[in-house]
Amino acid sequence: MPEQLIFGMEVFLNGLMAGVLYALVALGFVLIYKASGIFNYAQGVMALFSALTLVGIMEGQVPFGHLINAIFGTEIHGFGWHVPAFAAILLTMGVMILLAVIVQKCVFRHLVGQEPIILFMATIGLAYFLEGVGDIMWGSEIKKLDVGLPQGINTLIDETTFGWFGYGFFIDNLDIVATVIAALLVTALVIFAQYTKQGRAMRAVADDHQAALSVGISLNFVWVMVWSVAGFVALVAGIMWGTKSGVQFSLSLIALKALPVLMLGGFTSIPGAIVGGLIIGVGEKLFEFAIGPMVGGATENWFAYVLALIFLVFRPQGLFGEKIIERV
Amino acid sequence: MFYREAGDFKTSYKEDNQTFPIKFDRYRYYAVMFLAFAVVPFIVNDYWVNAIFLPFLIYSIAAIGLNILTGYCGQVSLGTGGFMAVGAYACYKLMTVFPEVSIIIHVLLAGGVTAFVCILFGLPSLRIKGFYLAVATLAAQFFLVWLFNRVPWFYNYSASGQINSPERTVLDIAVTGPNTDAWAKYMFCLVFLTFCALVARNLTRGSVGRKWMAIRDMDIAAEIIGVNPLKAKISAFGVSGFFVGIAGALLFAVYLGAAEAGDSFGITKSFLVLFMIIIGGLGSIFGSFAGAAFLVLLPVLLKNVLVGTLGWPTDLAAHFEFIIVGGLIITFLILEPHGLAQLWRVAKEKLRLWPFPH
Amino acid sequence: MNDMNHDSYVTADGRTIGGVVMEMKNITLRFGGVVAIQDISFDIRQGEIRAIIGPNGAGKSSMLNVISGFYNPQEGDVFYHGKKRKPMRPYQVARQGIARTFQNIALFEGMSVLDNIMTGRLHQMKAGLFSQALWAGRANREEVENREAVEKIIDFLEIQSIRKTPVGRLPYGLKKRVELARALAAEPSILLLDEPMAGMNVEEKEDMSRFILDVNDEFGTTIALIEHDMGVVMDLSDRVVVMDYGKKIGDGTPDDVRNNQAVIDAYLGVAHD
Repeated sequence: MPEQLIFGMEVFLNGLMAGVLYALVALGFVLIYKASGIFNYAQGVMALFSALTLVGIMEGQVPFGHLINAIFGTEIHGFGWHVPAFAAILLTMGVMILLAVIVQKCVFRHLVGQEPIILFMATIGLAYFLEGVGDIMWGSEIKKLDVGLPQGINTLIDETTFGWFGYGFFIDNLDIVATVIAALLVTALVIFAQYTKQGRAMRAVADDHQAALSVGISLNFVWVMVWSVAGFVALVAGIMWGTKSGVQFSLSLIALKALPVLMLGGFTSIPGAIVGGLIIGVGEKLFEFAIGPMVGGATENWFAYVLALIFLVFRPQGLFGEKIIERV
Repeated sequence: MFYREAGDFKTSYKEDNQTFPIKFDRYRYYAVMFLAFAVVPFIVNDYWVNAIFLPFLIYSIAAIGLNILTGYCGQVSLGTGGFMAVGAYACYKLMTVFPEVSIIIHVLLAGGVTAFVCILFGLPSLRIKGFYLAVATLAAQFFLVWLFNRVPWFYNYSASGQINSPERTVLDIAVTGPNTDAWAKYMFCLVFLTFCALVARNLTRGSVGRKWMAIRDMDIAAEIIGVNPLKAKISAFGVSGFFVGIAGALLFAVYLGAAEAGDSFGITKSFLVLFMIIIGGLGSIFGSFAGAAFLVLLPVLLKNVLVGTLGWPTDLAAHFEFIIVGGLIITFLILEPHGLAQLWRVAKEKLRLWPFPH
Repeated sequence: MNDMNHDSYVTADGRTIGGVVMEMKNITLRFGGVVAIQDISFDIRQGEIRAIIGPNGAGKSSMLNVISGFYNPQEGDVFYHGKKRKPMRPYQVARQGIARTFQNIALFEGMSVLDNIMTGRLHQMKAGLFSQALWAGRANREEVENREAVEKIIDFLEIQSIRKTPVGRLPYGLKKRVELARALAAEPSILLLDEPMAGMNVEEKEDMSRFILDVNDEFGTTIALIEHDMGVVMDLSDRVVVMDYGKKIGDGTPDDVRNNQAVIDAYLGVAHD
């Protein structure tokens, strides 16, 4: 088998794994969009914020320590304890739920009935706000996150492929774990949405706010719930990404890649988010592998966006969306 | 001095169409112009020009440009940074390839080039709408910055990958390069801003402006009453690109002097200009000024208060700026989606009737 | 009725009705599997008031959308001034002199009444971008000329006092009137009205009826309208098309239609056996 093809296959597999991570963030977008029609630009920053919080809690950092020191001239840095990963994740989830309540109470309750584009811009404001809060709470330096997930080359795959092709594929254990977790998460979400009372309420709200209200569903409750679930998804994505490349600002930029994923898959489709994520992940890795060296590299910066743009011009409703019939 | 329209009768439609229908507004406008052109240049120093006036003038132009696209025509763009980069690099190439041509021509041409690029990226707006389009403009942002970073022709193969603005003069007075006087930079940008603001005002009060607003308010109805959506959107992208390109050219050539696409024209720049028009007021030329002034002054103020007076570390102050800007965006969207410009209008309406309540 | 297709005639109230200006031939419109309009043909004559009526969901609005070019029918042709119209975008149709109003008011909420009506005159304003940018020459002249034309319509519809009010602040009835003004500003040869009186009280309906008759009378504008209020339709219109479930079930003068058995069945319901 030609060498290029074997490399290409490895790139393809790695692309699939990267795509899973994109899909994970995209999932958070879809959830919120389906339930409230809000296109939540802050989803990426939520992932960053949750990862920051998780690290902070695990390391026993004092929240706002930096700020307190600046105001009172003190020199506090940490509580001096370490919280086990599992407990820290639970606590972080608590913070994300609290965040969901605050966001709903302070922001979106006041914007009900506004145009979608206004809501979108509000979430950009929210993203900035959260980023500032996250940095002030926990400091902005790059942090290492380790919750005990396996990392490093998967030797089994390495050896097997070496046996087949005489070349061992490099697949990170973490990516495999991420894929498994993402699959579990999606299954859980689908079950939640289809078979639980809260899930049904969520779908009802997504369909028609007024009608849902009239049968006695509390919009506020559903929205807080959806933002919490999205917070949870953000946390999972934050853990995966944080473990992979450290908790830092660029996390929220990587998360922006979820936007083209959504454009491919359609804003309302969970399978769309997954397929879109995989296409983008594989596409950008293969493009960089095949074309990148010819044009100076780093094409991953824009490939996803341009692909989505071109795709949308030909199919504005996305992969899984229905054809829109315009009315007057 | 009374702020009144009573007694100020309009006897022709031409008079009724003017920019400042109320006498007091007209006088205030003349006063501001007088101050800006005849007083400020003589009293400013380096610090004021570099910290406040230049960024204000240049970002006002960019904000007017984006406001035409987003505020008037309703097409949200997150690619402003990338388009400013087009203006900057176009200006740089023109300045170095045709050194004998006037810098004024270069800046205008840079605007033209940007208009063209902006139209190219605006073409999909016919098929995709709303935040789909907003995300699509991100493609422009990331692609353009990548292009200017990776293709050496754009930065004349310089080792640092930076572009540096050479010295150019207008009427024998240096306006770019390291030896430029503060007042000269100020005047140069002020002239462009005045030109852009007048053009923008004229376009938005005429039939083109009405087409844009029709598309913004209800695109389907606009098409049915006879607005060609392609032409309307393309003209908005073009005009917007022209202004944004001029702003990018000035930002690089006059203000920064040296630039690198990723640092100077990254996505944060796109958001900065977008925030200016949200806070200032969507669909308002005055709002573009107000928003630019606000977001130029805010960091200066915060830095002076938090770092200068309270002695906080700089990074903390920078994070605070994020919180404040983000919070303000949300607050404005909730309380006053039309921004500072609307507050100003309401205040004027009150003043017109003052001291009578109705 | 077909034998007098191309002759003009004079109505009882003294208006002259000319030849056919627009003819719909065998129009069929489908959305996926749903047939909204099935093989419908009718014509509109110069200077007449033509009504399209029918129960909810009969396909009346779809028909209007076909005329204004918003939907392109899968089958059938539209003839305008005797020429077959090729499929075109709505703005091209508008440019040919067909203006319309909408069932759910479609005004530009962010603009003043005056600006809204001025958008109706886009075809009359041809100044280029450059001239407008400098507000010189043609742009300036056009703006004043068209403003004069618009002021005439404002006078005609008696909305002088709200000229500069943002449309968003107006009550429903006035919005409908502004929308009519916008359509009139285009000086259309055919005016399409989609339920011009929906949701109005009796006085507002009387006002609107008067305006419609005046428009027809003074400007000689051909009008095609959809309306639910039977009394209004029978009073206003010269000829009526009746639709039911996407099919045409009647066509003729108000009296013809009133006595048509199929129409009576459609409105009152009939036992199918």
